[in-house]
Amino acid sequence: MDSALATSPNPRPTSAASRRATRDPAWARWLLTTVALVFLACFLILPLLVVFAQAFSKGGAFFLAAVREPDALASIRLTLLTVAIAVPANVVFGVAAAWAITKFRFPGKSLLTTLIDLPFAVSPVISGLIYVLVFGAQGWFGPWLIEHNIRIIFAVPGIILATTFVTFPFVARELIPLMQAQGTDEEYSAITLGASGWQTFWRVTLPNIRWGLLYGVILCNARAMGEFGAVSVVSGHIRGETNTMPLHVEILYNEYNITGAFAVASLLALLAIATLILKSAVEWRQKGTT
Amino acid sequence: MASPRNSRSILPGFGLSLGFTLAYLGLIVLVPLSAAFLRTAGMSWHDFVGAVAAPRVVAAYRLTFGASLAAGLVNMVFGLVVAWVLVRYSFPGKKIVDALVDLPFALPTAVAGIALTSLYAPSGWVGRWLAPLGIQVAFTWTGVFIALTFIGLPFVVRTLQPVLQELEPEIEEASSTLGANRLQTVIRIILPELAPSLLTGFALAFARALGEYGSVVFISGNMPMKTEIVPLLIITKLEQYDYQGATAIAVVMLVSSFFLLLLINLLQKWSRRYQAI
Repeated sequence: MDSALATSPNPRPTSAASRRATRDPAWARWLLTTVALVFLACFLILPLLVVFAQAFSKGGAFFLAAVREPDALASIRLTLLTVAIAVPANVVFGVAAAWAITKFRFPGKSLLTTLIDLPFAVSPVISGLIYVLVFGAQGWFGPWLIEHNIRIIFAVPGIILATTFVTFPFVARELIPLMQAQGTDEEYSAITLGASGWQTFWRVTLPNIRWGLLYGVILCNARAMGEFGAVSVVSGHIRGETNTMPLHVEILYNEYNITGAFAVASLLALLAIATLILKSAVEWRQKGTT
Repeated sequence: MASPRNSRSILPGFGLSLGFTLAYLGLIVLVPLSAAFLRTAGMSWHDFVGAVAAPRVVAAYRLTFGASLAAGLVNMVFGLVVAWVLVRYSFPGKKIVDALVDLPFALPTAVAGIALTSLYAPSGWVGRWLAPLGIQVAFTWTGVFIALTFIGLPFVVRTLQPVLQELEPEIEEASSTLGANRLQTVIRIILPELAPSLLTGFALAFARALGEYGSVVFISGNMPMKTEIVPLLIITKLEQYDYQGATAIAVVMLVSSFFLLLLINLLQKWSRRYQAI
């Protein structure tokens, strides 16, 4: 802009004309901005506010009691355990899938990329159902599991499996386009200079993809902690044992303990806000480095 | 794909990474998904039709597809406005608003569900203003529609934003120079260019709404034949130990979702080609 002003002898009319051509009239700007902000306020800000207003509607002491209650604590522990297994599993998978897809050529590659996205197209409820069909009492491995006294459905392993399914694509779909864009030149140089495969991965590839990886982990984590439909099908809803945080919210709500439900829900809402902040920070970081 | 490469790469780890990817994909996704199809394949045609075409199931399809369609269309309009405002205009707090658009992705669906129910219940912040007008939202069709609109909003905005950013101002300038007024430019030049991504965003929001469960079950009231969505019906059948019935309905929904996924992939290819010209 500055250089154009300096070189062009008579810059003002052209720039004003071009601005007029690509700019909406003031009334339209105001109208559209108002419409957008009112719509977002109604659909996004009000629901977020109501969570906290309801959580604290009976005071801070009630809130603390609801959050510290043994069943609530058990649900928090189960949610954290689920995330601690599902997210790392999907990170390892995401990195392996992205490495295979972006660094090599093989037939069926685009089919594989589509299949990785498949869990996003499946309803959460159906994601739970398919595990019941495999591991449930009526399922493929049901009789064998019962014989060996192993419980997967209506127990913690089922919750972890269903969560893994639902969060399956997050890391891979973040890394694949990123590593595709970065190409293989740096890895080739590292190998040519005598680095081993793992050295190349840890010292060259990983530093290059760290922000994209972190981004995928943040999204994966948020979905894993908040998953409701899939987990609801496989959980069995045993208080203190197979209830994750969202399931605990549901139970309290259905028992008309509305304030208690919102107290636990507000913890999940805080997680959502933290996710949005971290996500924006990483996006800002990514823009800065590229 | 972009750069030509030898099929024999000097990079190591092909066998390990592809082997692990295929094994994990197979175990976590493909084998369980195939269980649904194989279980249904064991049903007689008569039983299958009886399970997926019962009046209560058809009512649930009508509600789920109808409300998802309506929510997708509303999101198409308001999503376009939001994306346009976020890309073209500047106002204080824009970055926060931009980040907030992703809230439906980040907020657990059960939390969204109870929050929307509490807002739109007759005694809620919004519901108490609508009740005197005779409008009931919670526990009706409108409640399902509101929840599905909430859940679908980011898809349209996030699909449109990058395309709007890439839009070349020269085209608009040319249109203006050739005598078109601003409204003509928007309708004749900008909207056609946005059409593929607008449709993609709509299809993504629609696909998500079809399977949505958590944010809907609290606000919908769950009355059979009236406000019972398909995912809830599947859960109800499971709770009654009707595994065949639940799986048959699930297969119908899976086939619809996969068909939509295919459509979305084609749409995305189309919009990429459109942009390349």
